[in-house]
Amino acid sequence: MKFSEQWLREWVNPRMSSNELVQAITMAGLEVDEVEPVAGAFEGVVVGEVTAVEPHPEADKLSLCRVWDGRETLDVVCGAPNVRGGLRVPLARPGASLPGGMSIQRTEVRGQTSNGMLCAESELALSDAAEGLMELPSEAEPGADLRQWLQLDDQSLDVDLTPNRSDCLSIRGVARDLGALTEEPFEDLVPDPVPATHSEIPSIRVDAAAACPRYVGRIIRNVNVAVETPVWMKERLRRSGIRSIDPVVDVTNYVMLELGQPMHAFDRAHVQGGIVVRMASEGEKLTLLDGQELTLRTDNLVIADHSRPVALAGIMGGEGSGVSEKTRDIVLESAFFDPVGLAGKARAHGLHTDSSHRFERGVDWRLQRAATERATALLLSIVGGEPGEVIEVVSEQHLPAQQTVHLREERVNAVLGMTIDRTTAEEILARLGLRVVHLYRDGWEVEVPSFRFDIALEVDLIEEIGRIYGYNRMPVTEPEGRLRLRAEPESRRPLDRVRDHLVALGYQEAITYSFISPERQKQVTPNAEGIELANPISADMAVMRSSLWPGLLETLAYNQKRQQHRVRLFETGLRFERQGQAIEQEGMLSALLSGPVASENWVNGNREVDFYDAKGDLESLGAMLGQNFRFARERHPALHPGQSARVYSEGQPVGWIGTLHPGIQKSLDLNGNVCLYELSLETVLNGHVPHFKAFSKFPEVRRDLAMLVDEETEWAAVENVAREAAGELLTGLRVFDVYQGEHVKEGCRSLALSLFWQHPERTLGDAEVQELLDGVTNALSTRLGAQLRS
Amino acid sequence: MENLESLLKQGLNAVEASTDLKQLEQVRVDYLGKKGHLTALLKTLGQLSAEERPAAGQRINQAKEQVQNAIAEKKERLEAEAMEARLASESIDVTLPGRGRDAGGLHPVTRTLRRIEAIFGGAGYEVAEGPEIEDDHHNFEALNIPEHHPARAMHDTFYFNPGTVLRTHTSPVQIRTMENGEPPFRMICPGRVYRCDSDLTHTPMFHQVEGLLVDRHASFADLKSTIEAFLRAFFEEDLAVRFRPSYFPFTEPSAEVDIEWGREADGSTKWLEVMGCGVVHPRVFENCGVDPEQWAGFAFGLGVERLAMLRYGVTDLRQFFENDLRFLRQFR
Repeated sequence: MKFSEQWLREWVNPRMSSNELVQAITMAGLEVDEVEPVAGAFEGVVVGEVTAVEPHPEADKLSLCRVWDGRETLDVVCGAPNVRGGLRVPLARPGASLPGGMSIQRTEVRGQTSNGMLCAESELALSDAAEGLMELPSEAEPGADLRQWLQLDDQSLDVDLTPNRSDCLSIRGVARDLGALTEEPFEDLVPDPVPATHSEIPSIRVDAAAACPRYVGRIIRNVNVAVETPVWMKERLRRSGIRSIDPVVDVTNYVMLELGQPMHAFDRAHVQGGIVVRMASEGEKLTLLDGQELTLRTDNLVIADHSRPVALAGIMGGEGSGVSEKTRDIVLESAFFDPVGLAGKARAHGLHTDSSHRFERGVDWRLQRAATERATALLLSIVGGEPGEVIEVVSEQHLPAQQTVHLREERVNAVLGMTIDRTTAEEILARLGLRVVHLYRDGWEVEVPSFRFDIALEVDLIEEIGRIYGYNRMPVTEPEGRLRLRAEPESRRPLDRVRDHLVALGYQEAITYSFISPERQKQVTPNAEGIELANPISADMAVMRSSLWPGLLETLAYNQKRQQHRVRLFETGLRFERQGQAIEQEGMLSALLSGPVASENWVNGNREVDFYDAKGDLESLGAMLGQNFRFARERHPALHPGQSARVYSEGQPVGWIGTLHPGIQKSLDLNGNVCLYELSLETVLNGHVPHFKAFSKFPEVRRDLAMLVDEETEWAAVENVAREAAGELLTGLRVFDVYQGEHVKEGCRSLALSLFWQHPERTLGDAEVQELLDGVTNALSTRLGAQLRS
Repeated sequence: MENLESLLKQGLNAVEASTDLKQLEQVRVDYLGKKGHLTALLKTLGQLSAEERPAAGQRINQAKEQVQNAIAEKKERLEAEAMEARLASESIDVTLPGRGRDAGGLHPVTRTLRRIEAIFGGAGYEVAEGPEIEDDHHNFEALNIPEHHPARAMHDTFYFNPGTVLRTHTSPVQIRTMENGEPPFRMICPGRVYRCDSDLTHTPMFHQVEGLLVDRHASFADLKSTIEAFLRAFFEEDLAVRFRPSYFPFTEPSAEVDIEWGREADGSTKWLEVMGCGVVHPRVFENCGVDPEQWAGFAFGLGVERLAMLRYGVTDLRQFFENDLRFLRQFR
């Protein structure tokens, strides 16, 4: 809602500066989004009358003008195409200054003296219209200061209204609120009825009374649409962001801004038979004022004549039925359309108009006749004509019910947290037009006025009292609560510990979008049934991620392009997948490693990260969480088939680890090794509570063993056999060398392991340790065909 | 005996002349050893008369002691020198960088969330989380935003089908908690939220923290103190805070919260909108099975990126999701 401060002050004029006024309106909950002067900063511009125009002898496009400024006649050179004798225009005389700091001086234009400049609207920053001079009406007195004559020392306020405050979609509504807030008297406008001068009445039939409980119409005959809209009205419209169209449309717009009632005027000659307010039939066509042809649906309310729809009710008029320069008689429409019935209908056709905006939020359902009278009076004063009688078709049962609300004083105080005395509360209600119809011992019965669509409950009134009393005048008290002890289960690991651990390992946390490109999704998780957005913001953010890896991979690509090559990233968040009818939303931890192991330094050789770096980090995380992960060779479509493993915890799959598949690496144009892992958070964060076990006081013995095994034999198999054979005194088992190459038979590899034994009650003797070691050697050789390496 | 003086002199000279511990040991052996020169002299004492013997023996022993002391002194000196030389040779360039690993860091959103959680956690607010793909009931209906309500236009909603949306706020978590629990409640709901909007100042995904307190008494005045205390704790500054009437379907009265943030060109206070809040709407309570005549509550919501931007001086919202390492590394 945009309007001029001057106009508002005509309704209610608190003694405060413009800035204070803006603050006050904002603090009433009507947030002023923008304040802009209604004209540029200029001075010394007066009304000039062009008395004669001659062509410039040296230039085709220039004219030599004689301009009367009320005191003298000046020679002014002008290039505007619309300059002509008798025209009144803004004249910037020598000494004037224009917006942007341009100062006007007497000058020579191609050998001709010019004593100033005739101005276009854009040159005075009144509008963007640059084509031609601004044309002033003939009543503009030559010599009058233009700023004063147009009252340009004014500003437009643009208020960003919340959807509940439809009552403030008019000057009248804003003024009422401002009056309540500043305790300034607010005088409502009650238009006088304009008596009919003839007996012609429009034929109106309302077939859809639920959607249109009230329809008011009036015929005005013999209007003169050729006249100009008066400057004062044009200016108010302009300052409200509405373009002047013709005097009839201007008046309907003016009344909408002033009182909040959207109106429409039909050319009576184009309404055949009479007005019918009805639902559209399926597929019916209507071409709107803006030339757009709509195919209507049965839930569209239309204003029709006896042959076709002539307007989309409450949204926009139709082409060919509105006022044109040929119009002689008009039918004025002022209706109340039900907000619920109209909700979403404009949007469904891609439309949003000043009218639909108001009707959807609620127009004062008692305003229609008064608005008709107001518009009639304005029209008669501008376009003349003969008004007929006002016809009103109303369905009382479909109009909103007259509501009252019981307001308890105790509730006011409880909700606001302070005591507001009864008189203050009553005054606030009265100033807002909320009439107390009954006094109770505990409070009031309050009538909801027809212009308020946001009051139905007690708390709605409490808010109003608080709002007008002033939120910032209210006290500040600390809430009181119960001191309840609470504790997370000790076995539960906070996610923050996981994050901190990864940070300590050198990872940087990333947050990537939860929606990704379907192509990338398909590449990384081809088997997941993706969940697509119906209205994605772009094609590459169209499907909910079923893995966090694509986001991390894109992040890697982004950073590699910016010379960041050592990258360690992790992200936590949900992954989404359709599981039959259900949508699975699973918390994940995902990580990515790429580039050198360490950043370039002078100490170590700097190799690229590989699978075992990733695995080491994951194991470190497992150790921190008290999780003993098991890794099994399994394939994942995003991972290198020879370098991928599924991660298990207590027999349940909890994640994946591996080297990025070279195919995906190529398509993302990534450099170097890229390793990835992911864990399901739910399983991982569930740890256990430690349970102490006593340890032996006796020495631990270590024996090393080098075995040759088939290269296909996995370490896990060797470890399992060795552990089993080593018996229950085994306290540790490690692999400390893996070798393949010279001195090792082809197709074999050498694994060096160390075994640790310890007895709880005594020192182990050499012979028994040798026996244990032999047991391991034999088991490895019989079960895995391993050979002791000499 | 006559050569005792010269032997002593020679011995002391030899000690002095030793340049390392090995030479010094040789000197000890030469003079004080079993076959050393001074030891040998002692053996000649027998040739002297009984009267002369004690005095002569004393002189020889004094000479031995002198040489011994000289050796000890010299040894200490040589050892000190050797230590010094070793230390000098082992000196390194301590200004060269260490072998440490590179530090990682948290995302600024996580950092900010932790701070917010810590501030409210201190007053007993528990953290609650919920799904991001939400149903219409939890995201809208239960929050008093019926279908076709103009307030839905305030949320540019991503949807999958008419009944399923990406949550536009974390308020649905409050609904779920209230539906499944019994008051009183004190909780905050951090998390990702989504709006179908993308430009210089909007990203289609961002983070919110919504808070809720439900108890027997909870008023707008209580809400004011909570918000003020939070903002002052968060910014570590005694900021001016103002409450501006606004509208949210799920709270009433509702307010936008502005903080003082510098000065306008004309010298007046510059206000910056940072949060929304209000007293829980009775319909929301009813929708969750909480009796609004018995319980009262307040709720608030804030944009995490917005607070992080103000706190850390970030000017471009979109940087939070570009994950440029040069950006992320600055929030360690």
